[in-house]
Amino acid sequence: MTAVSLSGVDKSFGEVRALDGIELTLGDGEFVSLIGPSGCGKSTLLRVVADLEQPTAGTVEVAGKSAHRARLDQEYGIAFQQSGLLEWRTVAENVELPLQVHGMARAERRARAAELLELVGLADFAGSRPSQLSGGMQQRVAIARALAPSPRLLLMDEPFGALDEMTRERMQAELLRIAGESGAAVLFVTHSIPEAVVLSDRVVVMSPRPGRITEIVDGRRPRPGEATDLAPDDVEDVRESGAFFSAITAVREALRKGDAV
Amino acid sequence: MRSRARTVLTTAAAFVLLVAAWELAKLVLPAAGVTVGGVRLLPRTDDAAMPHVWTVLAKLGAPEVAGAADPRSIGVAVASGALFTLGLALGGLVLGGIGGVLLALLMQRFALAERAVLPYVIASQTVPLIAIAPLVAGWGGKIAIAGWAWQPWASVMVIASYLAFFPISVGMLRGLSSPPKADVELFHSMASGWWTTLLRLRLPASVPHLVPAVRLAAAAAVVGAIVAEISTGTRGGIGRLIIEYAQSATGDPSQMYAAILGAAVLGLVAAGAVGLLDLGLRRYRGTVS
Repeated sequence: MTAVSLSGVDKSFGEVRALDGIELTLGDGEFVSLIGPSGCGKSTLLRVVADLEQPTAGTVEVAGKSAHRARLDQEYGIAFQQSGLLEWRTVAENVELPLQVHGMARAERRARAAELLELVGLADFAGSRPSQLSGGMQQRVAIARALAPSPRLLLMDEPFGALDEMTRERMQAELLRIAGESGAAVLFVTHSIPEAVVLSDRVVVMSPRPGRITEIVDGRRPRPGEATDLAPDDVEDVRESGAFFSAITAVREALRKGDAV
Repeated sequence: MRSRARTVLTTAAAFVLLVAAWELAKLVLPAAGVTVGGVRLLPRTDDAAMPHVWTVLAKLGAPEVAGAADPRSIGVAVASGALFTLGLALGGLVLGGIGGVLLALLMQRFALAERAVLPYVIASQTVPLIAIAPLVAGWGGKIAIAGWAWQPWASVMVIASYLAFFPISVGMLRGLSSPPKADVELFHSMASGWWTTLLRLRLPASVPHLVPAVRLAAAAAVVGAIVAEISTGTRGGIGRLIIEYAQSATGDPSQMYAAILGAAVLGLVAAGAVGLLDLGLRRYRGTVS
């Protein structure tokens, strides 16, 4: 089964061609990053998958269904750069939100929220207000909320873009663990080359005007329990490995090539 | 809790200061007022124009009609009048609140409705109240709903609601539209329909905009009820009392001030009622960006 399947996807906003002939498939549990300069259409691509934008041409399938059907069935969870937590709800109630919208019984969604807060390491903050949490913690709540309906796919649009570098690295390690435990595939939009490399199985490099995929580079996502000298299973080791730097170089060259076109 | 105690203290202090300023003006300024070159700059401060505070308070205990068989005191008359008007104002506030919220929902749901209705909502408030009052009373006199003949007080309530609906509909519309695009998209991504988004996002988010709007509406409803009582000639309320007492003001100004005091207390009670609403909704009042 594939989590996402895009074929021949075009998207135009009037005269502007935001996406042109996108072909991309995400396997189950696969972590794929979209990277490219501003205006390359990476966010638009994510929004097309989320059924927040309609493609001008081509087909979009999520979990084997149309993007529209997949949205209605909550096959994906989404997290934006702003955590978007509702201030009048407690942390746990925010996590419960997608379940409540889908009419799950109170006791059941309580239990699920507790489980998810445990997963993101915020069990002690279930009754807190979002404003009492740091930026990184708020983002973890947003991830827990996105994972609440046990989606096959997690869509993330620069979720760590507003965090400082230290918090960001910690959150990357957390996300890897969470994605691994939940088994969800992740489509991840970012501006940061090291972030894309350390998180992803594959890094999709895009170029603007029109938004195209120029190259797909293998990432260095650590695979727990499958450590080799070339591919350590610890994030910190990955960040210091030679393979990490060569992958960064490969992505950087791909970006430059896309720029020259 | 400490901040609430401070609020009470500040309010009490402001009241004492007002009384002191009033009495100080009587004490220091000349009784005939200050006139420069034939232009009166400050009003007369004699007992006929500015009665002592204690004279006004004492008047509350005096009988309304000297030597009447039913010796009702002015204080009781003012209190029962204020209560009557308060009922009408709160009724008008509820009516206007329901109308305003429904109108805001309609305008939020259909952009076309907003473009079509909003100009009229604003225009409605530029029509002077005094022009509307006789109209409403006139129409009301001609209708009977399910055998129930229209009462003059119903006209007063409708006029109060006419003033109250405006701030509520405008504030509510702003509140319903206040969630950022990202929040609306989040709900959309969760396959949340219009009703669920309304209930879980737009209504909670509108509270910080709604509470000040209701506070304005409550004040407008009180003013509307008093003016409507006067211009429709409805008996039983504080508006009528102010007029009646004002007619005897040349002889006894303290009686009119007693009625005005009643109207002021009435406004405070109405504002207090909104404060209770605010307290009940404080969970939703927090920082909404």
